[in-house]
Amino acid sequence: MSKTRRDFLKIAGISALGLGCSALPAAASEEGLAAAPAADAPAADTMNPHALTATRWGMAIFTRKIKGPEHFKQIISACHSYHNVPKIPKHKNEIKWIWEDSFEHTFTEKESHYLAEDVKMMDFLLLCNHCDNPPCVRVCPTKATFKRDWDGIVMMDMHRCIGCRFCMAACPYGSRSFNFGDPRPYIKELNPDYPTRMRGVVEKCDFCVERLAQGMMPACVEASEGALVFGDLDDPNSDVRKALRENFSIRRKTSLGTQPSVYYII
Amino acid sequence: MYNAKYIVPGIVVFLILATLPFWWSSIFVPGYKTPELALPKDQDKCIESADYMKANHMQMLNDWRDRVVRQGERLYTATDGKVYEMSLQNTCMKCHTNKAEFCDKCHDTASVNPYCWQCHQAPRGNEQ
Ligand code: SF4
Ligand code: SF4
Ligand code: SF4
Repeated sequence: MSKTRRDFLKIAGISALGLGCSALPAAASEEGLAAAPAADAPAADTMNPHALTATRWGMAIFTRKIKGPEHFKQIISACHSYHNVPKIPKHKNEIKWIWEDSFEHTFTEKESHYLAEDVKMMDFLLLCNHCDNPPCVRVCPTKATFKRDWDGIVMMDMHRCIGCRFCMAACPYGSRSFNFGDPRPYIKELNPDYPTRMRGVVEKCDFCVERLAQGMMPACVEASEGALVFGDLDDPNSDVRKALRENFSIRRKTSLGTQPSVYYII
Repeated sequence: MYNAKYIVPGIVVFLILATLPFWWSSIFVPGYKTPELALPKDQDKCIESADYMKANHMQMLNDWRDRVVRQGERLYTATDGKVYEMSLQNTCMKCHTNKAEFCDKCHDTASVNPYCWQCHQAPRGNEQ
């Protein structure tokens, strides 16, 4: 009897080993895919020939090139009016894709008792950072939030969002807003080319995927008059990389390891 | 039969009630009539044949949705080789400019209530 049990355990051990080994090549090939993100990019004949493409979209913000409240407003409203983002006065229900806040609120890790006066007075543009390791994607139970492996954009599929708001709890940057009610009454002028959202879904900046697909730069970048630079972080010759090479830049909450793709040139 | 005077009428009443939906609708409810749809005036054909669209437009829209949002594809090559942007709002509704007389007529008759329009904008002609 004890002999059979020994044999059984031996066979079980060997099979477990075999299973483990057979899983190894699979894991290796998955890693291979991750190393070559362009693998599942959409085929060329399904894309507009003018579409802008990259393997890692990113943004650099020349914070000092933004001159005053009017300029901020111009950039923010370019995004919000293009994407039919409602203007809801009650703070709790507010929807925002791009907004402004102070240095202390933006760079919580870089707080100093004796901050330079001008930096202390400055406001900064905030938007979704399209993180390399986005916690919002990790927690989303429906995969409504997902990362496009081929260009790094963290997208939302509004059709799938069930409004559980796990992603809002997970995002360390407060980049997501929830529609507590029907947003349409709060949109003054509808952009007929872009949909609105419905009650019960979360929304955020999507790096203007639909504009990139038509060969246009993001709306905020277009409205920024050179203060915002957008491009491929993987391409050493891109404008973003050039801006980052020539200027000192910081990112938000880097200690969390999410690896934001939005850089601030102070 | 033991207690037949209760059981037999009971069975009769049960049968009448159980079959009520069938004969009620055949006698009192008017038959199904295919609704008259207002077709786009300036177009003579849809992106695929009318029969195909009638049977499959919902699958097609579902497929478009996933391809656009999740796979990042934007263009649809029709059977006749023509290329269209995959967009309910910006392709379909540019021809079918009268949602009330086209989409709604059929959906209402069939009691189908898609919630596409809570987000996607119907053409301006329908907003009063
Ligand atoms: S900033 Fe927030 S919402 Fe955007 S990708 Fe990072 S974790 Fe997700
Ligand atoms: S609210 Fe929507 S996007 Fe966010 S985690 Fe839930 S299902 Fe995903
Ligand atoms: S990239 Fe597009 S969606 Fe994101 S903030 Fe700028 S304009 Fe808005």
